[in-house]
Amino acid sequence: MTPPRDLAFLRGLTQRRGLPPNRGGDGVSRRDALRLAGLSAAAMGLAACGVQGKKVEPPKPSAAAGYWADKTKNGTLRFANWPLYIDKDGKKYPTLEKFTKETGIKVTYQEAIQDNSTWFGKIQPQLAAGQDIGYDLMVMTNGIQLTRAIALGYLVALDHEKLPNFAANAGAKYKNPTYDPDNTYTIPWQSGITGIAYNPKYVDGEIASIQELWNPKYKGKVGMLLDTQEIANFGLFALGIDPDKSTQADWEKAGQKLQQQRDAGLVRKYYENDYVDALVRGDIWICMAWSGDVFQQIAEGQDLKFVIPQEGGTIWTDNMCIPKTAQNPVDALAMMDYVYKPEVAAALAEYINYITPVPGAQQVVKADAAKASGEDKKSLELLASSPLIFPSESDLAKLRTYKTLTPAEEKVFERIFQPIAQG
Amino acid sequence: MRRKLAPYLLILPGGLWLVLFLVVPLVFMASVSTQEGDVVYGFVQTFHLANYTDALVQYKTQFLRSVGYGLAGTVAAIALAYPVAYWIAFKGGSRKSTYLLLVLLPFFVSFVLRTVSWKFLLADDGILLQPLKDAGMLPADFHILATSVAVIGGLTYCYMPFMILPIYVALERVDPRVVEAAHDLYATPRESFTKIVLPLSLPGVFAGVLMTFVPMTSDYVNAAILGGPANTMIGNIIQTEYLTNNNYPVGAALSFTLMAVMLVGIFVYARALGTENVLEAAAR
Repeated sequence: MTPPRDLAFLRGLTQRRGLPPNRGGDGVSRRDALRLAGLSAAAMGLAACGVQGKKVEPPKPSAAAGYWADKTKNGTLRFANWPLYIDKDGKKYPTLEKFTKETGIKVTYQEAIQDNSTWFGKIQPQLAAGQDIGYDLMVMTNGIQLTRAIALGYLVALDHEKLPNFAANAGAKYKNPTYDPDNTYTIPWQSGITGIAYNPKYVDGEIASIQELWNPKYKGKVGMLLDTQEIANFGLFALGIDPDKSTQADWEKAGQKLQQQRDAGLVRKYYENDYVDALVRGDIWICMAWSGDVFQQIAEGQDLKFVIPQEGGTIWTDNMCIPKTAQNPVDALAMMDYVYKPEVAAALAEYINYITPVPGAQQVVKADAAKASGEDKKSLELLASSPLIFPSESDLAKLRTYKTLTPAEEKVFERIFQPIAQG
Repeated sequence: MRRKLAPYLLILPGGLWLVLFLVVPLVFMASVSTQEGDVVYGFVQTFHLANYTDALVQYKTQFLRSVGYGLAGTVAAIALAYPVAYWIAFKGGSRKSTYLLLVLLPFFVSFVLRTVSWKFLLADDGILLQPLKDAGMLPADFHILATSVAVIGGLTYCYMPFMILPIYVALERVDPRVVEAAHDLYATPRESFTKIVLPLSLPGVFAGVLMTFVPMTSDYVNAAILGGPANTMIGNIIQTEYLTNNNYPVGAALSFTLMAVMLVGIFVYARALGTENVLEAAAR
């Protein structure tokens, strides 16, 4: 593997970004490979004793008001996030320090979440028993675990009166997502796009259509993602179907389309997350890809291209949410709102290199770029002008979210798509 | 009285450990494997044995493939490991322990990292294949990654030391005087090997097979990193069922089926070699 070159890359190593929603923590992170040894034990424990979940009626808005009525600010906050997913300066977290200075809330920040499914496995028994999980605020990807957490009544319904910055500054695309209507339980932390990446060294001309992944010219040189929901989405896009509105009949058609791609020998491999190196090396020429991965490579000087196909691409989101057993929910809410200030969002984006849910941050990054010099200036300019970090309106219009599947649908879905990637 | 109890007291900690961390989870998993439901609404014990048949029907290809890869990898490991072990045992001289350390040295590097580095070596346009392609010795679209050769190669490589060590131990135990005696009795070097050394080393080979075939068959790292769409092994399926689909019953049913297949395979193999060898191997 190429040696780690920068923090974003390191974060890439430890963080899952493909977030397949329906599959929450599944196999999509690079980390997975690194984590292989230890994980089965956790899953076994979970399977053996943890999972006797029972669906609870989610709280009604009135219940939410009741919840917040007797909660007060405590001056402390315990925040669980993914590795390298906040700005860091040596051992300090500038954004968190500023937050403490402005609000008087002291933050204990832990990079406790490595993967949605393991994280959910860890907190599920405690939440089911009504015990404190040790955190007041956590970040989870839209996906099956988040859907489960909502369905099981594990998350606190947010008091949107205390989230004025979110209301004012969040981009329209990040409000009222299908996985959490009206942002009842979550608001976004960062997002990313699944699109097509290609290596211009081997691919002539511009790629615009998703059909290029079915182009016989690239036989054996196409990379697809292993995640079933990711490939399903692309199969659906190729047929002109919006995944979010798709039906079982559509899935079957998409399954055939993908099977045909595989049978024709087009697909070199269904990648968990190691496709970028394969793309740089030339093992594959064109592939499904996550925006953050490709941006990091481009920032490193690699000649790669990333496009959102005209038929559509997917956007996934990591979301902040408050577990129902949080000790300091008011403080958590304050933090959730704080990161929606454009200057704070900009500081985060400059470090994280994913898509910020605050479009206004782009102006701040531009202004920072104007002030900076040398290498910093260059990288900030690249960041401010990158459609991978600040997608244009026309790009955003092409993006779709994952379909939120019910457990019953999920089984059908897996039966159709899993044999394609794991034949 | 106390003297009689002593052996039992001595096995108590280890025994408890096994009961707690092997038997109890196994019982749990056996129970899970016949449950029905999903993770949100909970799983219910319905003694749904169809989990086993469904899983087997759905994943028989990957099952057979895994066993095939395990066998191929094991045979390759024997072929490569035997000469190494032989050489260390008989020609290693005073440097034996150094050579053994060298054999074990790869273990000091993370297993995953070693496998990933294969990917760089074998890349389509990588340091190994590109020069051969440039020289016209290989067609331009030739590749090793994403083929069963890469996966079996990776498996063989990862588990090789587990084959070398038991064979070495068995060969090391061969009394040199027995070999000398064979020479004195006019055995050719070939005869003394096939009639004396090889039979004496078979328990080591057996132990090596146990220690490599079982983990190779259930391995999922090599298939995930080095394989392609047509190289998925049953370990990958179990992982997906567990961690991605949270379909614990099917994952558990697959695990038990795999365990049964391997146990049966191993016992058939033990029978073929003679039970004495099994006991001897197990006693190591």
